[in-house]
Amino acid sequence: MIGIVSYGTYIPKFRIKVEEIARIWNEDANAIKQNLGVFEKAVPDVDEDTATMAVEAGREAISRVRIRPEKIGAVFVGSESHPYAVKPTATIVGEALGIGNYYFSADLEFACKAATAGIQICYAMVKAGMIEYGLSIGSDVAQARPGDALEYTAGAGAVAILVGKDPIAEIEATVSYTSDTPDFWRRDLQPYPSHGGRFTGSPAYFRHIVSAAKKLMEDFGYSAKDFDFAVFHQPNAKFPQRVASMLGFNEEKIADGMLVKVVGNTYSASSLLGLCGILDKAMPDQRILLVSFGSGAGSDAFAIRVTEKILDYPRNRRVWDKVKNCVYIDYALYLKHRRMIK
Amino acid sequence: MVPRIWRRIRYRYNVIASYCESCGSYYYPQREICPKCRRRGIVKEVEINDEGTVLSYTVVNGRKIALIEFKNGTRMLAEVCGDIEIGSRVKKAFRRYGEDGEAGIIYYGTKFVPII
Ligand SMILES: [Zn+2]
Repeated sequence: MIGIVSYGTYIPKFRIKVEEIARIWNEDANAIKQNLGVFEKAVPDVDEDTATMAVEAGREAISRVRIRPEKIGAVFVGSESHPYAVKPTATIVGEALGIGNYYFSADLEFACKAATAGIQICYAMVKAGMIEYGLSIGSDVAQARPGDALEYTAGAGAVAILVGKDPIAEIEATVSYTSDTPDFWRRDLQPYPSHGGRFTGSPAYFRHIVSAAKKLMEDFGYSAKDFDFAVFHQPNAKFPQRVASMLGFNEEKIADGMLVKVVGNTYSASSLLGLCGILDKAMPDQRILLVSFGSGAGSDAFAIRVTEKILDYPRNRRVWDKVKNCVYIDYALYLKHRRMIK
Repeated sequence: MVPRIWRRIRYRYNVIASYCESCGSYYYPQREICPKCRRRGIVKEVEINDEGTVLSYTVVNGRKIALIEFKNGTRMLAEVCGDIEIGSRVKKAFRRYGEDGEAGIIYYGTKFVPII
């Protein structure tokens, strides 16, 4: 049985409210909150970035289980905001986590689904007997051009998923759906991403998530009622709510994973942060549907069954408790924290 | 600059002290020889992951530099991010130290944050 043996999360403590961003651009905050279902987003400290948050999430994942770091045979970091264009974030993370030198490693890029791709690679490597444990981390300081609609949701956070045998949550099945869809992109050397605006909804997000989820259910004989929880990529709160109802899940089944409302879209960490919110309360034999989405575009769907081992697993501090502890900042400090002004 | 930084990476990313197995003393920064036991001392590296206590602190160029004491008696000077006072409990955090300009190396290392 292979699956998640531990998980760790990191959410920076600073927040900016939708009202504060709307104030700068003279926009209607209530209409934006209504449209997006997002109220505030997480902002990193001046000395935090994708690598530092990845390390913090990784440290929590390792500290929750009695596994020596040297037993981790692979480290993958999925991100849209690696600190270096050339020099893998995973090398910095592996060093800080004390994993040693003999490990497989790579940075992964597939917009917001890079870290679920990392989980699939770790799963395959464990199954093949190449490694005992593999660590996949999604970490992002989401970039948005000041004044762009994305600025209201582009958040920051990291999640580390340790994959191995004897898990707290078994990965029963996984399926991916990929196509060449230009919904969101960033050319080399450009500081901010571009997007297809309204185009990003139907052919990208909804088509990929629904196709991956349906294929998973068809191939492995599940239906929506077999899942106690569901979590989907969260670019805002409305998209996952809509895709949930398209697939036959009510609000209750996605509520525990809806962290986007208070931390924004954490890109590579987004659907995984939701998964951790659910794992924080899930009981043995409950089943979770996880479907990520990465622009470009692709979705990875997973059927995850919680095992008895979760009962002895230390889940504090829980993700929803972590988000409560925060410090609100204004737009000027936000620009400083994002290193847009020095 | 780069080679010197590179050799120190391990000691910046985590808190690594010296421990004398002969007399049980801890030293930070590290020492090769225990000043109490001299040649009889067997000195090893140990990583410190415990919470620490702020004994005192000062503000230098807008940064808070604190003297932190750990359970085993080790004391170190380190930057703390966030609000602290004497007696505050802190834990290590992985943060950016700085960078060699826009095109240079980014330096990472250990700072401390208050425990909520
Ligand atoms: Zn000694």
